[in-house]
Amino acid sequence: MNSLRSALGRARGLGSAKEGVEHWWAQRVTAVALVPLVLWLAYSIARLSFAGHAAVIAWIAQPWVAIALVLTLFATFYHAKLGLQVVIEDYVHGGFAKHAMLLLNTFAMFVLGAGSIFAVLKIAFQG
Amino acid sequence: MPLAERPLSPHLQVYRPQLTSVLSFLHRMTGVALAIGTLLLVWWLAAAASGPDSFAAAQSLIGSIVGRLLLFGWTFALFYHLANGIRHLFWDAGYGYELTTAYRTGWLVVIAAVGLAVLTWLLGYAAGGAL
Repeated sequence: MNSLRSALGRARGLGSAKEGVEHWWAQRVTAVALVPLVLWLAYSIARLSFAGHAAVIAWIAQPWVAIALVLTLFATFYHAKLGLQVVIEDYVHGGFAKHAMLLLNTFAMFVLGAGSIFAVLKIAFQG
Repeated sequence: MPLAERPLSPHLQVYRPQLTSVLSFLHRMTGVALAIGTLLLVWWLAAAASGPDSFAAAQSLIGSIVGRLLLFGWTFALFYHLANGIRHLFWDAGYGYELTTAYRTGWLVVIAAVGLAVLTWLLGYAAGGAL
């Protein structure tokens, strides 16, 4: 069957929205990354929920723990931003409310991500 | 004809709940709940970074009955979203669309979520010396 799409359009792989599958793909990539990271984090939190300050600081300050925590937090807030965006787009209609909530979602996830990653790095570098 | 008067797809109120639709709804619910639940994680990390006093305040809330229930709910939501997320990844790859398979994997997700949440806290309590 003949396609009405130009060869260039087909090569670019972009639809009428003028962006490709980045959003969909990024949600899957972060999901796959989060499978091992989140299993590790949930067990660690359960184990440390009884611990004192010194033990928790000593745990976070280990290089591999700090790196894994930063990766987990980055993937978590990236994934959450994408997911909440879809929920807002599905249920909030009308220009202003929708755009205000989309903007708020982006800002909130960046603030929480930056704040929590900073906390981990502060502990890792200062002990 | 105005767009707003077009027929809509079946609504939750008139659609008989079934395992597949309930689990799909739960996936979104737990996703939103987990996003809100990250506030607890951020607070815990920030308290640890700012010093022993603020950390002790955070730990005492987490150690209370309400805190423990919140944490258990958070863990269940996490494992549900994780297990059903893997189910979604298989669908994305083109597997598991047969009705019997969808129901079987659905129940598997429910069992895995409850099992992993309980197992995590058994291991956590054992490691924390409370068992």
